[in-house]
Amino acid sequence: MTKLRVNGIEVEIEEGASLLEAAQHLGIEIPTLCFHPGLSAYGACRLCVVELGDGRLVSACTYPAQEGLRVRTHSPRVMRARRMLIELLLSICPSSKRLQDLAAEHQVERVRFAVRDERCILCGLCVRMCAEQMMARAIGFVNRGYRRRITTPFDLRSEVCRRCGGCLYICPVCEARCQGVEAPSAVCGSCMTPAPTCPPVYEDLACYMGAAGECGTCVGGPRTLDSHSPTVAGRRVRV
Amino acid sequence: MRVRTLEQLRALEHELRATRDRKPCVRVCGGTGCRARGSEDVLGRFRAVLESEGLADAVEVKFTGCHGFCERGPLVSLAPQEVFYQGVEVDDVPAIVTQTLARGAVIERLLAQDPITGKRVRQEQEIPFYRRQQRIVLRFNGVIDPTDIREYIALGGYRALGDVLTHRTPEEVIEIIERSGLRGRGGAGFPTGKKWRLARAAPGSIKYVICNGDEGDPGAFMDRSLLEGNPHGVIEGMIIGAYAVGATRGIIYVREEYPLAVRTLQIALAQAREYGFLGEAIFDSAFSFDIEIVRGAGAFVAGEETALIAAVEGRVSEPRQRPPYPVQRGVWGHPTVINNVETWANVPIILERGPEWFARLGTATSKGTKIFSLVGKVANTGLVEIPMGMTLRELVEEIGGGALPQREIKAVQIGGPSGGCLPKALFDLPIDYESLTEAGAMMGSGGLIVMDDRTCMVDVARYFMDFLRDESCGKCLPCREGTQRMYELLTAMCEGRATDADLDLLEELAQVVKETSLCGLGQTAPNPVLTTLRYFRSEYEAHIRQKRCPAGVCKALIRYVINAERCTGCVACVQPCPQHAISGQLKQPHVIDQERCIKCGICHEVCQFGAVEIV
Repeated sequence: MTKLRVNGIEVEIEEGASLLEAAQHLGIEIPTLCFHPGLSAYGACRLCVVELGDGRLVSACTYPAQEGLRVRTHSPRVMRARRMLIELLLSICPSSKRLQDLAAEHQVERVRFAVRDERCILCGLCVRMCAEQMMARAIGFVNRGYRRRITTPFDLRSEVCRRCGGCLYICPVCEARCQGVEAPSAVCGSCMTPAPTCPPVYEDLACYMGAAGECGTCVGGPRTLDSHSPTVAGRRVRV
Repeated sequence: MRVRTLEQLRALEHELRATRDRKPCVRVCGGTGCRARGSEDVLGRFRAVLESEGLADAVEVKFTGCHGFCERGPLVSLAPQEVFYQGVEVDDVPAIVTQTLARGAVIERLLAQDPITGKRVRQEQEIPFYRRQQRIVLRFNGVIDPTDIREYIALGGYRALGDVLTHRTPEEVIEIIERSGLRGRGGAGFPTGKKWRLARAAPGSIKYVICNGDEGDPGAFMDRSLLEGNPHGVIEGMIIGAYAVGATRGIIYVREEYPLAVRTLQIALAQAREYGFLGEAIFDSAFSFDIEIVRGAGAFVAGEETALIAAVEGRVSEPRQRPPYPVQRGVWGHPTVINNVETWANVPIILERGPEWFARLGTATSKGTKIFSLVGKVANTGLVEIPMGMTLRELVEEIGGGALPQREIKAVQIGGPSGGCLPKALFDLPIDYESLTEAGAMMGSGGLIVMDDRTCMVDVARYFMDFLRDESCGKCLPCREGTQRMYELLTAMCEGRATDADLDLLEELAQVVKETSLCGLGQTAPNPVLTTLRYFRSEYEAHIRQKRCPAGVCKALIRYVINAERCTGCVACVQPCPQHAISGQLKQPHVIDQERCIKCGICHEVCQFGAVEIV
């Protein structure tokens, strides 16, 4: 167990836990955006920055709790930094409900930067969702710096994408969702098409909705595979 | 041939030195700067002339690493005459052979000139550029052929390694490095001995040592010159370090953009294996170690150690949270020591000459020397090595030779894009880790760009931000979006579109980017903005309030006009103008059509009478 102090309150937490978990353990709320409990911590949006005893600001979601650490989750420096980060986020994605709510909570009342309506904040949740929960790795980051974006290899519709919709589900700013029926998109957009979203290769894994076939949109519905089922790429599939 | 014992090495060293001293030698600089100025042709010509004179066997001709005085290349030095020629052209070669090599006569016009006395000087050490330097790490650059391990051995190379493996325990080596006070030369200045001790203490049977050769600062070429000029110095340092921390594998991470360094390293590693300095049971001890080269695909951020680890593992070079530090969890999860090229190169020297000797160099907290690549608006550009604690003034004015004609030095950018701009008023600042950090800059890996009164500080900040918004990996929001937004604000200032509120916003944003970014790149990215704001605020205000660029650089804020009183009507500016914007008759004052002018500045350059003015 590791003992540390968060906002002056002593907390004991298991080895390897993050500062975010330590704060949550005490019921202290730290805003997060690129963090999801079901995915690996990434530390990209920096909204969860907290101030350490030595004056450094670190992201609570990735920083490991260490013995004797002193952490302040809402110091004036932290709050000033969070407000600026939210202003930056809003300037890229002004129409996002999630960001607007964050802005309201933090009294960010104006955006002083030139607004770009990009509908993606590159938090990487969809990339991690695809890789870690859906085991697909259909999407990823390309390029770097101000040219960075998320797409499939070579911007082509990916063969490993099962159109599970996990990326849309987890997106905090709805980029992939807002493309419309006709809009061609390498990432997906297929939720807007009337055809069922799930291809018949699900078996019983990896449907974010719950058990395979539960939502009723799978082709053919849930059915147990047997030796008569046809194979696709070496795997038994439902017809 | 395999060297098994220290005695064998000493015998070999003795034998090699004797043969080495017997022959006269022509050393042509094979550094990148001199190669660009044609030193390869000079070398070829030397071989040809010596052949035709029948001296091919009597005189040795070789390429060496960078001599440092790049401004005056191609450089040639002759032994045993101890003559140093600069600016050597292919056509000078026959004269050098017939006069200096054959008769020992010195060719005056090829000697370097003391800028103050105007006297021609014969030896390197007499030139002010070299006189104030203390070339310790660079001692073999310009002396040995980097592709021949025997040259390194002849000058005492691998002696420190042999001694360590024969007489010292790993703990003793770490203690020596700690006592020397050596700190990381990559920028942050972490104590090297402490890093090694942490790695040694970390549990695990597999450990790595890595040489970080991902030098990416604009205008920096220190590590490159070391790898190209004396690769064995770096390799020996790594082997000693590996022994100290208990590592079995070594990696040299070097940029793909440095093909010469890669080639030199490949040759050096093969030769070190051949002589038994790498491989199984080195010096017949129980210690085995080998090094491989990993070539980087050219991302500035890969110099950050966690991003470098990702790159070595074959992933996109993006940094991650520290802790865990690489000494705890590095390459493939194993404890890893990552040191900069120059740090490794210091190691064998410390072991050979002793930590006390090393600790006497430099200041109380910054020991030893530091290599800088001196570039920009300064008379002598090149590669310099100075003891820590020397002032910026000595470096810029004495070694660098001061400003270009009719110009005045205004500032230096030290530490590359992560460093800061320091004004002339601070030139008495000693060059050590703490003083530079306190002034808002940093030691960095050693890039030093000199700026004069024709440099606009807002434009400089904008230049670095343009570099960084591209080189940011883009993982974390403040670095990716912050550098982009700072670039936009600075562009607005340079174009005269900004307001006072933008200046406040820039400052506020820079502070947040510094505080909240994930890795060192983002945390230091605002430094050029913050230091120029701190020391040159009036230039920002001139751009914003008066829509004026005091240095005459920002195109949107300046106009080129011809002063009719000064113009002699020589028409020299009319023809070079790419826009045909200048009209006028011979012997009549000319006029620039402002509608057509694209402000390229060519007319200003070509005018002999100072008639083209920037307003």
